[in-house]
Amino acid sequence: MSGPSTFVPKSALGRWFESRLPIGGLVHSSFIVYPTPRNLNYWWTFGAILSFMLGAQIITGVVLAMHYTPHVDHAFSSVEHIMRDVNWGWFIRYAHSNGASMFFVAVYIHMLRGLYYGSYKAPREVLWILGVIIYLLMMATGFMGYVLPWGQMSFWGATVITNLFSAIPLVGDSITTWLWGGYSVDNPTLNRFFSLHYLLPFMIAGVVILHVWALHVTGQNNPDGVEVKNVERDTLQFTPYATIKDSFAVVCFMIFYAWFIFYTPNILGDADNYIPANPLSTPAHIVPEWYYLPFYAILRAVPSKLGGVILMFGAIAILAFLPWLDTSRVRSAKYRPMYKVFFWAFVLACLGLGFLGSQPPEGGYTIAARLLTLYYFAFFIVIMPLLGLFETPKPMPATIADAVLGKGGSAAAKH
Amino acid sequence: MNRFTTFGLAAALSLGLLGSGANAADDAHGKLPTRQSWSFAGPFGKFDQAQLQRGFQVFREVCSTCHAARYLNFRDLSEEGGPGFSEAQVKALAAEYDIQDGPDDRGEMFKRPGRPADRFPWNYPNPEAAKATLGVVPPDLSLMAKARSYARGFPMILIDALAQYQEHGVDYVYALLNGYSDSKDANHNDYFPGGKIGMAKPLADNRVDYTDGSPKTTQQYAKDVSAFLMWLAEPKLEERKQTGFKAMVFLILFAGLMYLTKKKIWAAAH
Repeated sequence: MSGPSTFVPKSALGRWFESRLPIGGLVHSSFIVYPTPRNLNYWWTFGAILSFMLGAQIITGVVLAMHYTPHVDHAFSSVEHIMRDVNWGWFIRYAHSNGASMFFVAVYIHMLRGLYYGSYKAPREVLWILGVIIYLLMMATGFMGYVLPWGQMSFWGATVITNLFSAIPLVGDSITTWLWGGYSVDNPTLNRFFSLHYLLPFMIAGVVILHVWALHVTGQNNPDGVEVKNVERDTLQFTPYATIKDSFAVVCFMIFYAWFIFYTPNILGDADNYIPANPLSTPAHIVPEWYYLPFYAILRAVPSKLGGVILMFGAIAILAFLPWLDTSRVRSAKYRPMYKVFFWAFVLACLGLGFLGSQPPEGGYTIAARLLTLYYFAFFIVIMPLLGLFETPKPMPATIADAVLGKGGSAAAKH
Repeated sequence: MNRFTTFGLAAALSLGLLGSGANAADDAHGKLPTRQSWSFAGPFGKFDQAQLQRGFQVFREVCSTCHAARYLNFRDLSEEGGPGFSEAQVKALAAEYDIQDGPDDRGEMFKRPGRPADRFPWNYPNPEAAKATLGVVPPDLSLMAKARSYARGFPMILIDALAQYQEHGVDYVYALLNGYSDSKDANHNDYFPGGKIGMAKPLADNRVDYTDGSPKTTQQYAKDVSAFLMWLAEPKLEERKQTGFKAMVFLILFAGLMYLTKKKIWAAAH
């Protein structure tokens, strides 16, 4: 895990190199002998799936950038050129546009897994916060990427979202003008979004390295939420155990991904984005990509613009405080009967907000969005702190080995 | 506090309220199209070449009098997965058009017969000219079959993804072309948002002279030109679905082998 590696290369050349740059030892200790709790379930494979998705997005993105033109007069046509005239262009472009959705599917599962099993609790606070930063960077990257095809929804989505900054008192309008590089979303905006869309994935990759580093210092959490006590009994080596399990999960995820690329490539997108951007014609409904919908619903649930913006960003920022909002001494929801119920209610609330984000903000929709927004925040600010005080946890297994082999805690017997 | 109250509340809000919204949308969006059966639907879907050729004929003789299709090149008409015209046919077709080219070495623009590499020309030199004649700029048809859709709402969208129903756009175009139900008002359309469409009823029985014996009816014209517009919007559809099948077979076999390997390796751990 941490500490100097005991890795000794077999060849003399390897030993010579290792004593100058111990990269072999780094790989060996991080991805070969790194101990993983033996009770990990398949929800723990989403880290590997996310690494695959980041790689897939960077590779397809680099190829797309070779054929794409970031200019208001050519962006839309260059995407159609990719779709029609570039060899395998349709594949690269659909893999990238659907890849964004797959990335978010995987990250939401990854985050909810952390939430369910209490993976954010001590000593993994920094690991969790790094994850929140990655998520924030992903949202920014995805948003700017969606602007690049320069369709109607690209343009109007960019207009709505950048306009949010104008809600900031005093300096709001100046900030918005600065973001746009002018007085509206236009060519300078498209150019800088392209530049940043190319930059941010590499920043994500940087934070991912920190995220994995922090993970390898504290070790993984696990479904039973008990720390590793005996490395020999409680853990398995990363290679081959986690390697093969992760690889299998990645291939299964690729089947899901391929379904969208090859069979329903446009179902997650908006038809309006196949209409070239037109600043003079506003679409009837401006709807962001599905993965932003819950936050869009929170934004529109608040009658004041500034209030909406604060709550929307607050909904993401609050995740960073989770390690200190949760007062329970038990990590895993497996042993927290009440938390389990509130957790699933939270998942439903997020899905409900997602649906409401896709609907016009009127009548019953607004009322529902307000109630669900209330639950979203109450879950973190009220339920989490109080639950730790009132909930009686179920008996837990003493060690991971007990949980797997069915000794000890009663709940572990059915595992 | 009853912990199921919150649960039930969230469930009721997220699921129970789904119904109320759909009605509000209907008035603005017009009637919902009905689902048609298309040769290119489903995982093994392919375009019907004869249908695409007829559709091109309708497009050429009716639609293209007003509409542009700026991503259509003559050469596309002979490419694989399309209407399947021969290269000679495409060459002859292109040559029927006068294309503006230039400037030449004296700085003059000139007209020359079209070539397969040329874009299918528009009847108007620019959008302004189209607007001056028609009152509005008719939308470009290159992507029409993907640029229109109709809301099926949640959770139908998930079912559509699973059932691979994604012909919403082309169903809408077909419905629209058949949606001129008011014989007194040529601009009334059941499916157009607001019910009033700028494009007066474009198709009529016997308007296009089919040579393959297909019925010369508005419905048949609408069906054929909609299929043609789908190909125009997604010319790589066949290649995509065929590649998808190979990819799926490979991935599923690969996953099976991975699973067996995983099982073997993990057998030692328990």
